[in-house]
Amino acid sequence: MRPVVRAARFAVAHVPGLVLSGSKPRRDIAAGGAEIRAALERRLRSFEDAVGYPPHQVLLGALPPEALREIPRPWHLRPLPGARPAGPGGTMIDELGFYAWLARADTARLVHFTEEFAEGLRPRLGDAPISTMGSADLRGAIERRAEPLHLRDGRLIGAVMPGHDEDDSLAAPILLENFAAKTTGALALRCLLDAGRDAAAGDPPAGEDHPVDYLIGCGEEAVGDRYQRGGGSLAKAIGELAGVRTAGACDVKAFCAGPLHGLLLAGALVAGGVCRRVVVVAGGSLAKLGMKCRGHLAAGYPLLEDVLVGAAIDVAADDGRSPFLRMDTAAVHRIADGTAPHQMAQVLTVVPLRAAGLALGDVDRYAVELHNPDITEPAGSGDVPARNYQMIAALAAQAGEIARSEIPAFAAAHGMPGFSPTQGHIASAIAYLHHAVTGLTRGPFTRVQLVAKGSLFLGRMTELTDGVSILLERNAAQESERRTA
Amino acid sequence: MIDFKDKLVLALGERDGIPAPALSTCVESVGGRVVYAVTECFV
Repeated sequence: MRPVVRAARFAVAHVPGLVLSGSKPRRDIAAGGAEIRAALERRLRSFEDAVGYPPHQVLLGALPPEALREIPRPWHLRPLPGARPAGPGGTMIDELGFYAWLARADTARLVHFTEEFAEGLRPRLGDAPISTMGSADLRGAIERRAEPLHLRDGRLIGAVMPGHDEDDSLAAPILLENFAAKTTGALALRCLLDAGRDAAAGDPPAGEDHPVDYLIGCGEEAVGDRYQRGGGSLAKAIGELAGVRTAGACDVKAFCAGPLHGLLLAGALVAGGVCRRVVVVAGGSLAKLGMKCRGHLAAGYPLLEDVLVGAAIDVAADDGRSPFLRMDTAAVHRIADGTAPHQMAQVLTVVPLRAAGLALGDVDRYAVELHNPDITEPAGSGDVPARNYQMIAALAAQAGEIARSEIPAFAAAHGMPGFSPTQGHIASAIAYLHHAVTGLTRGPFTRVQLVAKGSLFLGRMTELTDGVSILLERNAAQESERRTA
Repeated sequence: MIDFKDKLVLALGERDGIPAPALSTCVESVGGRVVYAVTECFV
């Protein structure tokens, strides 16, 4: 059975009060004290500003990526009037929404809120229990290594307790990271399963859809204990929180290339007849909040890394309309392959296309590292997607498909501006998935290649990097309809 | 042109630019000695 990608949905949690809990702000505050803390707090965005931020509207599917070319940068100075915290590609929640989900996610009863804050959350929680603690007890717990929870305005509203007195893998900051991933992953999964059905387009009626057989987790967390630090499986916890009862689950790991490995494995499970429907899920990375804060402070920007992003990707057996996951074009970066950018592009882009009898120009869009340049450039990291597109276009020129003078036009025609938050696993190709599925069903696209990279060397166990690519192609039934029309 | 012969070199590579092993290979091919090499990811 040929696998298809039916849909992708994103959950964007705006959590400015947690930005200072990100790895970089935490280290900067430890070194610089109250002065740096105050400077960071002054640059936290409101929910309205985060909703109107044009790249977020692209992630939510309300705006095509190409529209960003018409909006002068920096984009935070150009909020979209009338922007909504939801779109066809996902949903966005504010701090209260996030903390309500966090309370639901807390099966271990380690998250405690102040009574006053809990009172405000209760209407959002229904019958779900919520743990409270008096302010004095809360402050005492924080002195004993509980992790504080704040709102954007600096108010202390709760804390996460350590899971064990002597276990660094269950320290409160680690647990908060894992809760953040669980929460946003579950929200994305719920968003995918609750997405509006379009009977005219062939969606099965609610209740007749095939249940999810398997969940593959691919976020950036490490869930475990002192004896198995990255044990997993967060995917199963995400499924439980999202109310999915039918699925088994496991996690796959490959730094930011994890989601495409997950997609490849999901396709293989469907193609092999093991499952009818697999959802690849990932929660957001709390550690990466405020990662480029120094650059943003220096540039006079707000702290743009203030969102956690979860993702859910629906892979199922051929439904006659969703784009095929072309398993015959899947490529993985092998141990003996070189790691220089041109070697990566050769292995992940050129070789699988040539093997399928395709030219580089036969791909409508390349979804590469789609980091938002507004976030990366002030920190000196440059425009990452632009560099990736330059490389693919240069390989097209080297192959004689285009003239050297056509490199900029090729990069523009087959690429797009970066729009993804620097939540690494989201930025690695999958941020574009909602637009890809739309373009390959209702739009004019025939093929989209997804190309992701993972920085394995950061774990100090190897000098290798990683990469995965796969082609999405318009469904044959759709293509035949289009030709008839 | 820098003469790398007998120079001690710190090779700081970037994933989306030039990784450290490639820098090290180039430096060592012209007589330099790499004493520290690391690749970082800046996104």
